[in-house]
Amino acid sequence: MKKQTLENIAGWIFIAPVVILMVVFIIGPAIFSFGLSFKDYNLLKPDQSTWVLFENYKELISDPNFYQALFNTLKYSIVVVPVQTFIALCLATVANQKIRGKTFFRVAYYIPAVTSAVASASMFMFLFNTNGIANKFLGLFGFKAVSWFTDPTYALPLAMIMAIWSTVGTQMLVFLAGLQDIPSDVYEAAAIDGATGMQQFKSITIPMLSEKTMFVVVVGMIGTLQMFDQAFIISGGTGGPLGSTTTVVLYLYNKAFGENRLGYGSAVAVCLFIIIFTLTLLQKYYFEERPKRLERKVV
Amino acid sequence: MEKSVSKPMKFLFYFLTIGYAGIALFPFFWAFYTSLRPTKEAFKLNFDFSGLSFDTYINLIEKNDILKWYFNSIVIAVCVTIIGVVLSTMAGYALARINFKGKNIIFMTILGIMMIPGQITMIPQYMLLNEFNFVNTYVGLIIPFVFNAFNIFMMRQFFLSFPISLEEAAEIDGLNRFGIFFKIALPLAKPAVTTITIMTFMGSWNNFLMPNLLITSRDMYTLPVGMASLNSQYFSFPNQTMAGAMLLSIPMVILFLICQRYFIEGVTSSGIK
Repeated sequence: MKKQTLENIAGWIFIAPVVILMVVFIIGPAIFSFGLSFKDYNLLKPDQSTWVLFENYKELISDPNFYQALFNTLKYSIVVVPVQTFIALCLATVANQKIRGKTFFRVAYYIPAVTSAVASASMFMFLFNTNGIANKFLGLFGFKAVSWFTDPTYALPLAMIMAIWSTVGTQMLVFLAGLQDIPSDVYEAAAIDGATGMQQFKSITIPMLSEKTMFVVVVGMIGTLQMFDQAFIISGGTGGPLGSTTTVVLYLYNKAFGENRLGYGSAVAVCLFIIIFTLTLLQKYYFEERPKRLERKVV
Repeated sequence: MEKSVSKPMKFLFYFLTIGYAGIALFPFFWAFYTSLRPTKEAFKLNFDFSGLSFDTYINLIEKNDILKWYFNSIVIAVCVTIIGVVLSTMAGYALARINFKGKNIIFMTILGIMMIPGQITMIPQYMLLNEFNFVNTYVGLIIPFVFNAFNIFMMRQFFLSFPISLEEAAEIDGLNRFGIFFKIALPLAKPAVTTITIMTFMGSWNNFLMPNLLITSRDMYTLPVGMASLNSQYFSFPNQTMAGAMLLSIPMVILFLICQRYFIEGVTSSGIK
């Protein structure tokens, strides 16, 4: 047999299982989902399903509950992403200095990230119960005790605190890797020119880390827009109190599997897909085009 | 970059690092402490180390099928990990080293899949598994989760990054593609394989959304699904829910402490692409 034929056979033997799984569980379902979003499909009465074209989408954009879910998710994302990025950057900068116990800090910060969202949600619900230790601690600074997860004003902030707590460690590691890539002679040169630590941080560290920052922010946004586990546990699956913890994915879940409306649920999934896909494209553009743009500037 | 800093700065650094370590670890400490306390004291905020015991754990394990949930979680995580890692490694190798027809389109598709959120496939996946009666079965909880575009991408990058000369030498010695893969490439890929093994295991162990949907029978529960149900059942008994949280999270924390290096590699390499 010719060598190329052998290569083709070998290649396909190596890749075939993955291609089959990819088609059956990802590509097929993704395409199917688009089709389903134009149907009225009840899980319990599949034979009565009908094509409704844009009805699901029309209902979606006129459902105040969907807007609430979307608004909650955006609010969650807008608070969580900058805060966790900022904390992670500060911790990484500090952990990169000459201090003792680096390994301990790295381990301590990352432990929340390996913890299941179910476990961390139940721990936080206990810590933040009305008579709990978190309220007691905040009371030292003059804050009134609130019932975090039963009060619509505080349930989402509790989910935000939880998300920040779980993600900071991961992002810190990404920043730390970025910091270690900055050559030390850049700082030495700046120090010779008389730049203070703060100036060095502003004019060297932040610009040199911009790519990592962009990565962390986009990944953070994508992750927060898909938030489900914490909201599910805090609200016992309902998205309550008063819809204050309903996220887009929880809304999708409850419509599709609570009310058995799979077509409508698919329309929600398509909307989420469009939002996230756009974000990812922006990220790709940034990562792939930026070096080219910079090159052009230099030339 | 390491440079010496002034005393007050140093104090600030330690204040921040130690302070945040406290924030990161305190919930575990408090949860563990509470899980050891007797029920009537579980809501109290004082420190009293006299009545601590593992009774809550024993009670929780006796009254619920927690050992069965452990078993389910372990079986599923181990199978997803082994099958997933083997297939991803082979696929990554083929995409990096073998010139076969259709390679480019497959690689582009995998890159594309990394950009789509899992929720878009959730409903049809559920319908598919429901249609073929895979709800409440191990197969239904393993096979759909084996494909991982990111792992394939990472293995491809890894194989591209190491020198091809060894493989060429092996080819001259008469090894075919399979021999080269299993005898030369795979052993050299151990660090990357370990990293994706650990990340895949963690993902499967903590997976909640789909298992919660695909499991309706109590004795098929995985740990996160089971613990979520206990969370509402034992809501007013924090020592019980905290014991549950510990049973769910401690195995992962121990695994992390043992294999830190690979976890950290897994995170940092995801930031490189």
